Amino acid sequence: MIVFSRKRPSSPPAGGPVGTVVKIILLGILNALALWALPVLLDDRQYVLLGGLFLGVACIDYVFLSPRAYPLRFLLPGLFFMALMVVYPIGYTVAVSFTNFGTGHILTLEQAMSQYTSRYILKEDLPAYKPQFFRDESGHFAVLLTGSDGQQLVGIGDKAVPLAESPLKPADVNNDGTYEKLGPYQAITGLNVFTYLSTLQNLSYAYRGNVLKMRSLEEFATYVPQFRADKARRALIDFQDGTVYRAVNGNFTSAKGVSLDIGYKTTVGWRNFKDLLTDRRISAPFFRVFSWTVIWAFLSVVETFTLGMFLAVLLNDRRLNLKGLYRVLLIIPYAMPAFISALIWRGLFNTEIGVINRMLQPILGRGIPWLQDPFWAKVALLIVNLWLGFPYAMLVSLGALQSIPGELYEAAMVDGASGWQQFSRITLPLILVALAPLLIASFAFNFNNFTVIYLVTRGRPAIPNALTPTGATDILISYTYRMAFESGNGGNYGLASAVSLLIFLIVGALSWINFKFTGALEEVRENA
Amino acid sequence: MLEATAAIFRRCFRWLRKRSILNQLWKHAIIWMTIAFALFPVIWIVSAALDPTNSLASARLIPKDASFINFRRLLDSKQHPFLIWYFNTFKIGLVTATLVVSITSLAGYAFSRLRFKGRRSGLFAILLIQMFPQMLAMVAIYLIILSIGQYIPGMGLDTHMGLILVYLGGAMGANVWLAKGYFDTIPHSIEESAMIDGATPFQMLWYIVVPLARPILIVIFFLQFMSTYSEFVLARVLLASSNKLTMAVGLQMFISDQYAKRWGVFAAAALLGAIPVMILFWILQKQLVSGLTRGAVKG
Repeated sequence: MIVFSRKRPSSPPAGGPVGTVVKIILLGILNALALWALPVLLDDRQYVLLGGLFLGVACIDYVFLSPRAYPLRFLLPGLFFMALMVVYPIGYTVAVSFTNFGTGHILTLEQAMSQYTSRYILKEDLPAYKPQFFRDESGHFAVLLTGSDGQQLVGIGDKAVPLAESPLKPADVNNDGTYEKLGPYQAITGLNVFTYLSTLQNLSYAYRGNVLKMRSLEEFATYVPQFRADKARRALIDFQDGTVYRAVNGNFTSAKGVSLDIGYKTTVGWRNFKDLLTDRRISAPFFRVFSWTVIWAFLSVVETFTLGMFLAVLLNDRRLNLKGLYRVLLIIPYAMPAFISALIWRGLFNTEIGVINRMLQPILGRGIPWLQDPFWAKVALLIVNLWLGFPYAMLVSLGALQSIPGELYEAAMVDGASGWQQFSRITLPLILVALAPLLIASFAFNFNNFTVIYLVTRGRPAIPNALTPTGATDILISYTYRMAFESGNGGNYGLASAVSLLIFLIVGALSWINFKFTGALEEVRENA
Repeated sequence: MLEATAAIFRRCFRWLRKRSILNQLWKHAIIWMTIAFALFPVIWIVSAALDPTNSLASARLIPKDASFINFRRLLDSKQHPFLIWYFNTFKIGLVTATLVVSITSLAGYAFSRLRFKGRRSGLFAILLIQMFPQMLAMVAIYLIILSIGQYIPGMGLDTHMGLILVYLGGAMGANVWLAKGYFDTIPHSIEESAMIDGATPFQMLWYIVVPLARPILIVIFFLQFMSTYSEFVLARVLLASSNKLTMAVGLQMFISDQYAKRWGVFAAAALLGAIPVMILFWILQKQLVSGLTRGAVKG
């Protein structure tokens, strides 16, 4: 064994001078990139990202420059992606599950308040102006506004002033009272206006505490801001009626209990978890989904392993002919990508035109509502999963069968045991012990078998009155997915993360049991 | 005449008994029933692919006027770029598999040959962390990729780079154990002589260990390729525009509740999609099955 001694850690890194130069250059580029990102991230106040970036770069520098960290150079790429895409997302999930993050609660408190203070209401009773647009050579715009009473204003930058007070003077008047020039600005004539329409639409000029904005190409109207922000009281005040909307628990709510449409992102403590367990509109569907998830995973394991073991026992018979052919044919469902099989089965189970109902029609006299009725949808899913899963169970059972010593059967035969007794007293117990870890792994896999559920029934038929889209055949993972990405009134990332976290705990517990079962921990200690 | 017939029957019967077919008949019957179940959707999809009517409503087992017109329709479809989906799936699968094999070889080599503090706990940590299926954090992954995209547009939502980045998170997992186990079986004598000649560990990995470990690296490559090829959830969450989709997401969107109108074309696409994976499966059967008994569950 090659052992790089810990006492002399400087022995391994001995690349040529070229290698060293290349290394230094690459590290230099990396550090330069990080420095370049510094102002961008500072500007966006992404402090967490910034910290992560510099910590990462510092790690990379250390690993590649310090001889002590030499072995880490081999692990760095894998560790990097694992940290970024597995460990960090787990932490992120935990963090989000304690917030109200989701559609309507995306912005921070500050961002949400500035959204509200930039909202304006049209005031029809205040004067409106007819605009004429001008543009200078560097692309800046100016507007000459003429009121119905003949008062003229000039708008430049973000302010409007009366024409008399403006340094710009209109020149070259046309027959219709428009001008060719406004100081250095040239008039935009005719259809040319449409070229700049998107910019012109966003022009707004402050004038006497109000705002002049374009209403149409023919009219600039007076608008007033809708809200005033009171940062100290964390509140928005309606300009019109003086109502105070206080920022409480992610929403701006008035004393009468009226909430504004956009909320803000904030931590809500255990509220998501509490809602899952106690809010009837959430907890009732949640517990239905939860119990079906457990039943689904359990029945899937039982049915696939029952059929798989049975077939394995049949195929294990040395006297059986055509074994090779049978094995090849029986393994086909396992060889096909599951997403394709699931989509095919969805078609075959189609209630109106599906092949299965057309075959059942003559026998039963009617079709079965496979995808419409909760019970039959579950049956259909279990049939599909039996099809997908039995070859795997068969293969591993065959492996386990071959590890049972033949002497056991010889001894049983001497004692006069019947075929059934041999199976139930020798084969079954030994197989179950050998397969126990795989049974648990299979349970955990089906617990999160999103592909089959989503592609065959999409979780439907729907459960009525559920707050988030939920169906009778949804399992926890598809329930989470739909809560985050398919909800009609926007995703609720906080609640979805809370559910994910619960699944984490369950799967983690299962894996732990499995480790104990297989003694994988001991194996690590011995083999590592 | 009658006697002769009876004699033939008797001989047949004896032959059957000798070959133990008769008393095994019930076993064969049961196995054939299961085979019928196993082949049921396969037969229907093959028949539908050849059935020019293109509708599930009129599908029959032996199609009338069988032809390859569905494959033509598939390739000609302007609205649904199947070829691009096919290409995307292969591209993402191959890139991911290549990178995963590289990452895995490096890590496996360090765990197998180098001695450093935290080696054991590192191996153990990998095992523990990869217990959690990545897709459980799909909301977080979605949000992370969203914010990455704000700074690096080529790696955000609806990009292949972003999706590959997510898949690479799973590179440090069971594969590392597989590679390390294989590397451990390669004798160290060649490397020792190379070390005397002044080779660095990286050179020893590249010039000695990788060529010798080619079988396991090929297996890791194709296992990764197959699982990326069939991955649905994360691709569904991250990809959106039609010409960026992978096969799994594209086919799902294509067929969604259009079974009456698109069954034939879907069947043709499904066949084309399934065949590469099935071929790989046959080739790798032995390695897969031996891996299965060690507790791997196909994704």
